[in-house]
Amino acid sequence: MKDMDAEGYTTEDGRKIGGVLMEMRNITLRFGGVVAIEDISFDIREGEIRAIIGPNGAGKSSMLNVISGFYNPQEGEVWYKGAKRPHMKPYQVAQQGIARTFQNIALFEGMTVLDNVMTGRIRQMSAGMFAQALWKGRAEAEETENRAAVEKVIDFLEIQHIRKTPVGRLPYGLKKRVELARALAAEPSILLLDEPMAGMNVEEKEDMSRFILDVNDEFGTTIALIEHDMGVVMDLSDRVVVMDYGKKIGDGSPDEVRKNQAVIDAYLGVAHD
Amino acid sequence: MFYREAGDFKTSYTDDSQTFPIKFDRYRYYAVLVAAFAVVPLVIDDYWVNAVFLPFLIYAIAAIGLNILVGYCGQVSLGTGGFMAVGAYAVYKLMTSFPEVSIFFHVILAGGITAAVCVLFGLPSLRIKGFYLAVATLAAQFFLVWLFNRVPWFYNYSASGQISAPERTIAGVPITGAETAPWAAYLFCLVFVTASALIARNLTRGMAGRKWMAIRDMDIAAEIIGVNPLKAKLSAFAVSGFFVGISGALFFAVYLGAVEVGEAFGINKSFLVLFMVIIGGLGSIFGSFAGAAFLVLLPVLLKNTLVGTLGWPTDLAAHLELMIVGSLIIVFLVAEPHGLAQLWRVAKEKLRLWPFPH
Ligand SMILES: Nc1ncnc2c1ncn2[C@@H]1O[C@H](COP(=O)(O)OP(=O)(O)OP(=O)(O)O)[C@@H](O)[C@H]1O
Ligand SMILES: [Mg+2]
Repeated sequence: MKDMDAEGYTTEDGRKIGGVLMEMRNITLRFGGVVAIEDISFDIREGEIRAIIGPNGAGKSSMLNVISGFYNPQEGEVWYKGAKRPHMKPYQVAQQGIARTFQNIALFEGMTVLDNVMTGRIRQMSAGMFAQALWKGRAEAEETENRAAVEKVIDFLEIQHIRKTPVGRLPYGLKKRVELARALAAEPSILLLDEPMAGMNVEEKEDMSRFILDVNDEFGTTIALIEHDMGVVMDLSDRVVVMDYGKKIGDGSPDEVRKNQAVIDAYLGVAHD
Repeated sequence: MFYREAGDFKTSYTDDSQTFPIKFDRYRYYAVLVAAFAVVPLVIDDYWVNAVFLPFLIYAIAAIGLNILVGYCGQVSLGTGGFMAVGAYAVYKLMTSFPEVSIFFHVILAGGITAAVCVLFGLPSLRIKGFYLAVATLAAQFFLVWLFNRVPWFYNYSASGQISAPERTIAGVPITGAETAPWAAYLFCLVFVTASALIARNLTRGMAGRKWMAIRDMDIAAEIIGVNPLKAKLSAFAVSGFFVGISGALFFAVYLGAVEVGEAFGINKSFLVLFMVIIGGLGSIFGSFAGAAFLVLLPVLLKNTLVGTLGWPTDLAAHLELMIVGSLIIVFLVAEPHGLAQLWRVAKEKLRLWPFPH
């Protein structure tokens, strides 16, 4: 990573990364006596792939939930696009262009793949109830336009053949892909992925890695992802935050993080005092 | 052989999202419409209208309404009878207060008023779900019936405590009252059924429906991807209430003519409509029709064959009906939550591949 400054930096492979898009400042999140996140700060820059890693229970998913507005941290601030974010409900955060996938797939099982992916377009569709009831004017035009956008995502992720299949009938690997499609359909400013490759075989992992890189490359989407597979993290990400027991123990390029003694200890399971 | 989409290619997304993507279905739908509007009115008599057609049409509207709430949005309601009563009393007050306005608008307004009441009783759904919500709507059911019994203003201080529909006409043809011709009552209800089905279909194939289904399937995920749960749930209560209110208004004004609230809109009605939705198919407009037809026709059929032909006593036939309905509910809930509509879909699927199933 060269010339890191306010304007951005250039990655190893020559991609230009922009300024700060989202910044977490001194976030602390507690569940009763459990401190899930303790005074963590980091930023996510425009156009980068940012990984969050750490052992089980480190607080990674909790961090994504703070970003999505699902958990409300007791302390700290979230800054987004240069402004401090006030307290928001999850659906308001989504309206701001933050889309995500879940560690345990959270699709709408009773709906078809197409309808699931269409729900990703909520932000872009605003026709009122009356127009929708009559299927006229704005409602009809909007439906067609957004369907076209969704079909592009469906083509991109190669799930055309299951378009009309109810999601409940799909195997695990395809569900993961549909969930990514739903998030992508939102055309988000930031895409949050919670273990997108968990439980996949090698081939599926390769496909998913390719999709993530392509999304970042073709649409310039900023991505924050949690992943356990170190090989994948090292290949994909530009910068890595390392968490352990709710604390941040490392932050930097994959190479820097790999050499960090605290990170090595955490992963080798060195006893905590 | 001819029932398939081969050669029936969709060239636009508009084509693909239409209600009947397969041509044959579309033609059958037009045929049903023509028959319903042009043929049936010519041939039906009093018996058929009162025993079969009016209850079928009116319950179909109620079932569509309840299906939107339960089948699409996943919010259980046992208050349907009470909400139908709101529609009935609303149309009664409107008919008697504004006799110069057409009954057509009264029925629509009654739907609107019921929608508002339904939203009010839907507010607890923002906090509670499942069993607790069912109990809350049950409370609404009893409260509403109690209210219409107790407050004389609702029944215009009539001595009997009943409400009865005065005669109202459209273009000189009586729609309510003793003089109403069977075909006129039938056509009036048919117009509302057709409009309700179209509106419900449009809402459920678009974004409103997707938001409802997202809430039904996983409310937390729905909120995280951008569904405002308050708006989605309350809009389902509103739309559902609108249809249920219209059906209550028609049930009172066009079908029964006079009503005692506890008898016509008691808890039994709530269950009857819920059973229609379950047997017909949760989350299906067609299923709402199938369920209404089934539960309207079953007693007529049993009565005609068992009592009429075989000479069974009436109460025995009635018990048999309860047993059949009861076991069907269990069968459908356990084995096929998507009801008759799903059986129909499966049959069509088979037909589409026939005679080459692979
Ligand atoms: N809703 C909750 N209530 C109570 N405790 C919670 C809750 N969510 C998370 N925790 C706790 O917070 C800590 C961090 O959990 P989190 O799910 O964020 O870890 P993670 O890093 O994502 O782990 P994994 O790799 O297993 O997914 C854990 O100790 C967990 O038990
Ligand atoms: Mg996790």
